[in-house]
Amino acid sequence: MLEAIILTVITAATPLLLAAIGELVVEKSGVLNLGVEGMMVMGAVAGFAVTVSTGSPLLGIVGGAVAGVLVSLIFAFVTLTLVANQVASGLALTLFGLGLSGLMGESFVGQPGIKLQSLDIPGVTSLPFVGKILFGQDILVYLSFAAVFAVSWFLNRTRAGLILRAVGDNHSSAHALGYSVIGVRYLAVIFGGAMAGLGGAYLSVAYTPLWVENMTAGRGWIALALVVFASWLPWRAVIGAYLFGAVTVLQLHTQALGIGFPSQFLAMLPYLATVIVLVAISGNRRATLFNTPSSLGKPFVPDR
Amino acid sequence: MKKLALLAGTALALAIGAVSGASAADKLKACWVYTGPIGDFGYSYQHDQGRLAVEKELGDKVETAYVENVAEGPDAERVFERFAREGCGIVFGTSFGFMDPELKVAKKFPDVKFEHATGYKSAPNMGLYNARFYEGRYILGQIAAKESKKGLAGYIVSFPIPEVVMGINAFMLGAQSINPDFKIKIVWVNSWFDPGKEADAAKALFDQGADIIVQHTDSTAAIQVAEERGLKGFGQSSDMIKFAPKAQMTAIVDDWGPHYIKSVKAVLDGTWKAGDVWEGIKDGTVHMADYTNMADETKKLAEETEAKIVGGWNPFTGPIVDQDGKERYAAGVVAPDGDLLGMNWYVKGIDDKLPQ
Amino acid sequence: MMRLELVKRPQKSRLMSVLSPIVAVALTVVFAGIVFAAQGHSPFTGIWYFFLEPITSLWGVEQLITKATPLVIIALGLSVCYLSNNWNIGAEGQLTIGAIVGSILPILFPDFVSPVVLPLMLLMAMAGGALFALIPAKLKTVFGTNEILTSLMLVYCSNLFLDWMVRGPWRSPQGYNFPITIDFHEWAVLSAVDVGGIYLNLSAPIALLLVAILAVVMRSTLKGFEIRVLGQSPRAGSFAGFSNRRMTAFAFALSGALAGLAGMMVVMSEIGKLQPVISPGYGFTAIIVAFLGRLNPVGILIAGLVIASSYLGGEAIQTSLQMSSKLATVIQGVLLFFVLAADTLILYKVRLVPGREGERAHA
Repeated sequence: MLEAIILTVITAATPLLLAAIGELVVEKSGVLNLGVEGMMVMGAVAGFAVTVSTGSPLLGIVGGAVAGVLVSLIFAFVTLTLVANQVASGLALTLFGLGLSGLMGESFVGQPGIKLQSLDIPGVTSLPFVGKILFGQDILVYLSFAAVFAVSWFLNRTRAGLILRAVGDNHSSAHALGYSVIGVRYLAVIFGGAMAGLGGAYLSVAYTPLWVENMTAGRGWIALALVVFASWLPWRAVIGAYLFGAVTVLQLHTQALGIGFPSQFLAMLPYLATVIVLVAISGNRRATLFNTPSSLGKPFVPDR
Repeated sequence: MKKLALLAGTALALAIGAVSGASAADKLKACWVYTGPIGDFGYSYQHDQGRLAVEKELGDKVETAYVENVAEGPDAERVFERFAREGCGIVFGTSFGFMDPELKVAKKFPDVKFEHATGYKSAPNMGLYNARFYEGRYILGQIAAKESKKGLAGYIVSFPIPEVVMGINAFMLGAQSINPDFKIKIVWVNSWFDPGKEADAAKALFDQGADIIVQHTDSTAAIQVAEERGLKGFGQSSDMIKFAPKAQMTAIVDDWGPHYIKSVKAVLDGTWKAGDVWEGIKDGTVHMADYTNMADETKKLAEETEAKIVGGWNPFTGPIVDQDGKERYAAGVVAPDGDLLGMNWYVKGIDDKLPQ
Repeated sequence: MMRLELVKRPQKSRLMSVLSPIVAVALTVVFAGIVFAAQGHSPFTGIWYFFLEPITSLWGVEQLITKATPLVIIALGLSVCYLSNNWNIGAEGQLTIGAIVGSILPILFPDFVSPVVLPLMLLMAMAGGALFALIPAKLKTVFGTNEILTSLMLVYCSNLFLDWMVRGPWRSPQGYNFPITIDFHEWAVLSAVDVGGIYLNLSAPIALLLVAILAVVMRSTLKGFEIRVLGQSPRAGSFAGFSNRRMTAFAFALSGALAGLAGMMVVMSEIGKLQPVISPGYGFTAIIVAFLGRLNPVGILIAGLVIASSYLGGEAIQTSLQMSSKLATVIQGVLLFFVLAADTLILYKVRLVPGREGERAHA
């Protein structure tokens, strides 16, 4: 039973983790992109469309990432080149993505998808308990963890990561030091778009191989909240995504036990758990402030 | 900015007014209001299929229009009124939450005909229509009890409304007619629409020992999980066999086409009257998808029950005992439609509790 | 390679303040026209229905005002939050809880029939919304918990709570067990009055009054100064003796109260009871309205009308031209992009420069 629950939690958490880790990098560079839901749903429709058209789920997830990047570029142009307000532009991106994905997906409604294959190593995947959990996942699950490793390493151990953090913390100084603030932010937003697109593609290619309008069902918003939950630390995003996924799955299991407790209150639990855990760990205000990108959401124009 | 827009508007209006005003007056405009997106491949999708059936059947005698994604609150009244003002001859409100706004607009526009699905308030120009989906659910119950090896089905539901409760009860009565000890586990996903959550719910139910999944949610996610695990289930709203060729045993298909065609024809002929129709398998509104992936014996049973229902038998025929052991209907007594419409109790053998 | 370069204007361009929204709308019109044409419709007919037809009748104007009113009221409160650096994105939840608290009177005390019920309900709704908004505020000031997360998560909780209330304890005994409460009595609903052919209720004048009050407060009172100073520089603010903590509580309470007020008035005028859905996302749309209005009360009023008209236009192209609602959503998104981007012209001049020179300017 525990193994089954863990397997379900992994699928529930992966799309959140993918999108959250992308947005984390975006925010670290000082940009607040509230359009995660719009990028995700674009990734979902593109992922599905490419998968069905080519017969290859792998190409599908690439398509999802590309779609995420393309719409994120609109956001980047409007907020970075034209310094428009980031919050409102992000919300506009969400509207745009929900609408466009619905249009693009019209002919795919009611068509079965092709599920992304999971890893199957003879003799290893069939090991009791750990086999399936560790060696029986699909490529996006491994990729989500690889992304956490990579981002963590990139932000803390590389010069480029240092520059990105500098840009997010104090764009004027970074600019004075000769770094291209806008260039760095463009790259960050593009990365965020790709990861949100992957998260969306995970939904339509691996989680539930189907396309229906608005199938992200608010996961982009949860991913955004998880970045805050993580206090911009990649490893905490893992905790957040898996906590949220685990509580969601457990509340469904609790219902199935038939205890007769109002389901609405059980359904609140993932949200409440996230808040309570964040309150518990945000006691250390100084550490949180230290990780918060100070220039978050503030527009930057190079002066001369 | 508004002023300028208005100025430009007047100019444009002169140019276009003629075009837009000239839409053929002799055509009947039939209009639909949907609560979900037509791309949900579920409830709203099926209503839209009904609209398309009207277009196909009546061709150039009608013109149809729809608005999708209308929230069941403040926006609804405006959409109904807009349709009435635009000269729609008949307007269909497809969701329970549209009842009051639709009624308000119906009273304001006595010459326009209205029909409302699944509600209970009507007017001289506002009729009611609904489908007896529970008939299909009784058959699902019998199939599940026959085919389940563990005598346990998982039931995924959206929200506790009478329609859903009625469905659970009908399913259970069907199952108990085969196996009196049959059990179900119920999970509420509190959403009409979240494929991921529906898949999670299906997995949870299978993990807790169910070997058949029943759903009263729209997406194909749950039955796809059944397919993956080599277990069985039923489609909902539309035939989902393409998504689960080995898992779907049958599906309850909402086919609103026959009703819509009848109503629109009646308006064209001038014979439309505000009715209160509740149609089922007999009328074609509830349609059972092909019985497959089951033993021949089960299939025969399902077909017999279907024939019995078409012949006029009601699955809610007593004796029916509720969850607390109280007899609700004595042997031979058929539950009146009013009771079904507001059903808020479970039959014997269900462990879940309804919010009171 | 050419690239865009922004050059800061010495001061805000008055001309552009007026011109930029017009440019944005013009661009959207062109975009929409192309999209309509691509979908096989006459671009002019499409443009007419999306942008203008909805407000060519008195009824249309009435609908525009009805739709814009809650957006404006909520956005006003949110603007105070955002100006003071408090990221409240949970207005939708504050709206819901406010409406629930205000509805206690007509639902639990249906025999309490008196003219004071209506104002009491509005006050209770404001109190409910404010108290609910104080949860993220207090979590922020006491524990340092980020309010973006808490306010958003509480939206989901409040919607589920409303769902439980109308299916459980508050379900109407006459409603065939559908998830609705009893109908509010006549003193608990806002009825519309004929104002020159347009039927309006109290909520629109209240919205206008709030716009006026907030405009005065922000421009010429110490409170307005405090809000702006703390928003721009918390440190400078605390040197001036202003308290960040109190400002957080104030801003959240104010925006929660206004969201509760807006929600209650929507329920009282358009629904007349509680049900699982009472708002088509007003609390989220109002965030766009607040920023589109440049966090300025009068700007918010205009932005509220623009956004509301884009919803009406979206419905119009569906009902009259059988175009998809998705198309309407895309045009809405594009309209927002254009308006937001065009705002840049107020503060900056845009130049096209050769790429290389741009690089040097950066370095």
